[in-house]
Amino acid sequence: MAETTHGADHAVESAPGMPQLDFSTFPNQIFWLLVTLVVLYFILNRVALPRIASVLADRQGAIQRDLDSAEQMKRQALEAEEAYNKALADARAQAQDIVGEAKAEIQKDLDKAIVKADAEIAAKAAESEKAIKEIRDSSAKSIQEVANATAADIVKAMMPGSGDAKTIKAAVAARLKG
Amino acid sequence: MAEAESSTGFNIHPMDQFQIKPLFGAGEIHWYTPTNVTLWMLIAVVVATVLLVLGTRGRAVIPSRSQSIAEMMYGFVYKMVEDVTGKEGLKYFPYIFTLFIFILLANFLGLIPGSFTTTSHIAVTAVLALGVFLGVTILGFVKNGTKFLGLFWVSSAPLALRPVLAVIEIISYFVRPVSHSIRLAGNVMAGHAVIKVFAGFAGALGVFSIFPIISITAVYGLEVLVAAIQAYVFTILTCVYLNDALHPSH
Amino acid sequence: MEGNIAEMGQFIGAGLACIGMGGAGIGVGTVAGNFLSGALRNPAAAGAQTATLFIGIAFAEALGIFSFLVALLLMFAV
Repeated sequence: MAETTHGADHAVESAPGMPQLDFSTFPNQIFWLLVTLVVLYFILNRVALPRIASVLADRQGAIQRDLDSAEQMKRQALEAEEAYNKALADARAQAQDIVGEAKAEIQKDLDKAIVKADAEIAAKAAESEKAIKEIRDSSAKSIQEVANATAADIVKAMMPGSGDAKTIKAAVAARLKG
Repeated sequence: MAEAESSTGFNIHPMDQFQIKPLFGAGEIHWYTPTNVTLWMLIAVVVATVLLVLGTRGRAVIPSRSQSIAEMMYGFVYKMVEDVTGKEGLKYFPYIFTLFIFILLANFLGLIPGSFTTTSHIAVTAVLALGVFLGVTILGFVKNGTKFLGLFWVSSAPLALRPVLAVIEIISYFVRPVSHSIRLAGNVMAGHAVIKVFAGFAGALGVFSIFPIISITAVYGLEVLVAAIQAYVFTILTCVYLNDALHPSH
Repeated sequence: MEGNIAEMGQFIGAGLACIGMGGAGIGVGTVAGNFLSGALRNPAAAGAQTATLFIGIAFAEALGIFSFLVALLLMFAV
């Protein structure tokens, strides 16, 4: 069988079997592994891990600080909003008051003006009434005079010498009344 | 010696990629010889330093890209330790994080074509797992004294069953480092060997090598996932074992 | 076909060991499937149990890796 000789040839140039079970290399591997582990442990334990831990703690602190300040700002904003709302309500109430006052004042002025106007109107009306009455009276008197004069003229013309002015006047007054 | 070789001319050596070679020249490998293991572990340390030390040098409140990667990994492992072991386990967080970073970087660096995967070696993962196992066991006895043995005495079971369960619990306790280490090494080794086998097919099939190449791409994607998941699993099992040591009530 | 009977035994053994991976596949499928059905019933609680899911998958998968290891040992180390 050709392969066996070939395999045997090959076995010479490559290490026999599994290199993992070549016990002659074990002390070497173990030595270097221990060196590596010790070096790595010191690098990590002395430098890397404390640094990462401090960075993480810093970040946690920063985040906490930011959260705290955000909380505070939120509180401040809420307070400001409350104050604003209160101011707004106050201003509204004040405006209401001012409007009410103004309204009352206007009403008062208006009432006064109305009363004054009423009085004026009443006075004017009374005056006019008086004037009308005077006119009526005077007109009634003039009618009577005209009637007296007319009656006297008629009587004079129809029956001259009869009747005097006094009788005629009484008769006209009786006729005008009746 | 059974090479995976057939008469059709396939020449696949899926295990050659795991060979340990001296970096300078050839010769016997002593315990201090700088080898490709040394090189790739050094690269892992350098990458970890660049990522976790240089990447975070800005200490920015708003992180840069590399800083947020570092922070994400920190937060991920920190939360894992805290969730599984509670507050008491956080004291051991630096070591667990070291394990996680080392395994994750070794797995990912191993996926670079032509690189060497340190975590594919049972010697490496066994040291990691034995470290966890011994550390956790010693810690359990130091923290809880003989009460730590209550881990093996299932007090919620019927009395007659307890000795049987105790034997099973003890066996499963001592199998922990074995499965802990072999899971990691086996997963990584299997993935790399599969890719290598498919690559061998691709070399032999000529124009039809497109199919193995598609398969390699798919397996490679799976391997990226496995690399991360195995680092995660190793770390979380460490946390689970640590939790057993800190709270041995069963 | 001629050859070494021991070599044949290694290949057969490695192939048989690979059957164990099927068991791991069943185990992983059971874990993931049950997790999914539970997660769909109570999605709110699913996120907290992801770690448990991965631990379960890891335990189930470890046995498949053991069989893979046995296969590798038979192929390359025996």
